[in-house]
Amino acid sequence: MTTATATTPVTELHTGAPRRGVAGRIVDRLGGGAVQVVMVLLGVFWLVPTLGLLVVSLRSVEVNNAEGWWTVFTKPAELTIANYRDLLASGFTASFWNTVAITVPTTILVIGIAAMAAYAFAWMEFPGRDTLFLIVVGLLIVPIQIALIPIASLYGGMGIFGTIPGVVLFHVAFGLPFAIFLLRNFFIGIPSSLLEAARMDGAKEWKIFASVVFPLGKPAIASLGIFQFLWVWNDMLIALVFANTDSQPMTKALQSQMRQFGNNVDILSSGAFLSLIVPLILFFAFQRYFVQGMMAGSVK
Amino acid sequence: MTDRLDGPAAPREESDSRGDSPAPADAPHTTRRFGPSPVIAIAFLLPAALLLGVWVVYPIVYSVFRSLFDASGTGFTGLGNYATIFTDGAMLTTIRNNLIWVVVAPIVITTLGLIFAVLTERIRWATAFKLIVFMPMAVSLMAAGVIFRLVYEEDPDKGLANAVLTTVHDTFSSSQGYPEARPREGDQSPVAAQGGAVVTKQAAQTGRPVLIPIVGIKPAVMPGNAQAAKTPQGGNELSGTVWFDFTPGGGGKNGAVDGTEKGLPGMTVEAVSDGRVAATATTAEDGSFRFEGLPAGSYVVRLPQSNFEPAYRGLTWLGRTLITPAIIGAFVWVWAGFAMVLIAAGLAAIPRDALEAARIDGATEWQVFRRITVPLLSPVLLVVFVTMIINTLKVFDLVFIIAPSSVQPDANVIALEMWRVSFGGGNNQGLGSALAIFLLVLVLPFMIMNIRRFRRENA
Repeated sequence: MTTATATTPVTELHTGAPRRGVAGRIVDRLGGGAVQVVMVLLGVFWLVPTLGLLVVSLRSVEVNNAEGWWTVFTKPAELTIANYRDLLASGFTASFWNTVAITVPTTILVIGIAAMAAYAFAWMEFPGRDTLFLIVVGLLIVPIQIALIPIASLYGGMGIFGTIPGVVLFHVAFGLPFAIFLLRNFFIGIPSSLLEAARMDGAKEWKIFASVVFPLGKPAIASLGIFQFLWVWNDMLIALVFANTDSQPMTKALQSQMRQFGNNVDILSSGAFLSLIVPLILFFAFQRYFVQGMMAGSVK
Repeated sequence: MTDRLDGPAAPREESDSRGDSPAPADAPHTTRRFGPSPVIAIAFLLPAALLLGVWVVYPIVYSVFRSLFDASGTGFTGLGNYATIFTDGAMLTTIRNNLIWVVVAPIVITTLGLIFAVLTERIRWATAFKLIVFMPMAVSLMAAGVIFRLVYEEDPDKGLANAVLTTVHDTFSSSQGYPEARPREGDQSPVAAQGGAVVTKQAAQTGRPVLIPIVGIKPAVMPGNAQAAKTPQGGNELSGTVWFDFTPGGGGKNGAVDGTEKGLPGMTVEAVSDGRVAATATTAEDGSFRFEGLPAGSYVVRLPQSNFEPAYRGLTWLGRTLITPAIIGAFVWVWAGFAMVLIAAGLAAIPRDALEAARIDGATEWQVFRRITVPLLSPVLLVVFVTMIINTLKVFDLVFIIAPSSVQPDANVIALEMWRVSFGGGNNQGLGSALAIFLLVLVLPFMIMNIRRFRRENA
């Protein structure tokens, strides 16, 4: 099912030493050299588009309109950081901070609210619990589009249309089903003896949650956090509808420049690259958690 | 893999160095019982319930009603908006595009993921490869869109896709394009135009170089490697020169190779006898050509029309016909890593014994793969496939960013149309709501599938 797809022991990207598997032997017959070449080509194929963006962002509009970015290998002198300087001098820095101001609170709120609900679903008895959880499972793949119009009119009435809190609340709500699902499935694996011991000692639920469940849930919370962070950081649709020019994140700011792609290629390439630096750093630093989060919920 | 739906991937890392973390076994939750009162449970659930109720559940109900009203929201139209979705020409294009997406993208991505997963088991730098292919997952679709706008630029001097295509094309077809070039006209000229081609008026003699003067070449078309034209000397073969019979700055004699004039490299030259092509040659950098091993005889020398067609410039990726395949290409670039990682995890879990047994029984590797590996992987493949279907149904950002506004109607998909109709200028929230409901109905089967599977596995 799209969602939780706990296959196996989660293999991380770095799976250690090369393992000669089934498929490995199949391919043995095809000749190792050819496989190496094909894989190198594929790797280049996947890497080159992003490299192109980086090089384009480091050249002037004039140079970019005159020749392909690959000529950089013969003319490295044409590289310049002028695009980035201009970009930072423009209003783009504001949209960078808007992205941060939307992403960080969303991630924290989703983790906190989902963890509480997940704990209730995993370790408390109450009528209708299983049905409610099935509803959460059902909500996992509800398209965001369904809520754009109703929430836009709701925000209009509340006076938070175009504000960062409005964007954040929308993100939190649509992040919850996956978050609850992921954490509930993790919390349920906590040995009941730990909880029972705490309850026998007369600990309050809130205390058990904060001092037993939450700390033990760290691996899942890390996965959820990284996943949620990237999802919100990279969102464009919700920002397009609910943010205005003062509260817009980078994605929306860049989108507004797309109409004149050729003329704005300096802003667009440097802005796009700037917007993906943070996700890339997170990805390389925490890729293990990222993969786990994704494996546990290939929903979005 | 489905056997553990409730044991999420997250906690299941090998118990490396984290002895403090309880190994979450396939913990039966039957042991749960003496909990706190339901009141406390409600307190824990309240924030989530409030948010989900207001932001997710209420909008579904609201949209159902809103979709039955017209743009202003005052006039009841019944199912009129839905009728529009299925009758309006532009809407039908949108639905057709979504259909192409749903059919093509999941199959391509799942297949690629399987191939990558199998191949990475074979290389030592599997980690690096996985990181590279997986990286686009971390990048926003907005940034991916900008990346592919650059890749798909039409000018082969700027867009990578066409640069690669033209390079490959030129490697296999040597003819250099000389559009608008024509033979030197006039009675004195040894050549004449003939149906787009250029032919010699007289039959060519071996030992006497064939002169083919060409004019009307724009400086931009002149290849950079062209050398001063030379007439081939000696030899008994049929030979000659194709050159640009024009001396910059004036001077020079028409119809003669004047020393400063440039040869035309890369021209295809044919020796024609009785209307049949007996031999083909290509001109060198100085414009000379030579038919080697051609039997003596009477030949007319011809420059076929292909020489005078514009050079191959690649494909119009961002034009009306190719736009959807082009965007699907970008989508595949983003999602292939996801499929690869999931399938690789499934591959790692296949028991080796079954495979060994089959091999001992004499099965070929292909049979093992087809009959054992793929069937054992099928749950993973299904998960990837279904996830991709849901994702393609919701595709929005990439189409919005990659398709230039003039071709957006041709690339349109439901999720984008919903936004355009309601917020992007259309201002018809009745129709927008109907499109949102339509999208919801499309994912509904997968929602039910999720719930049923979850119930089955937690029974």
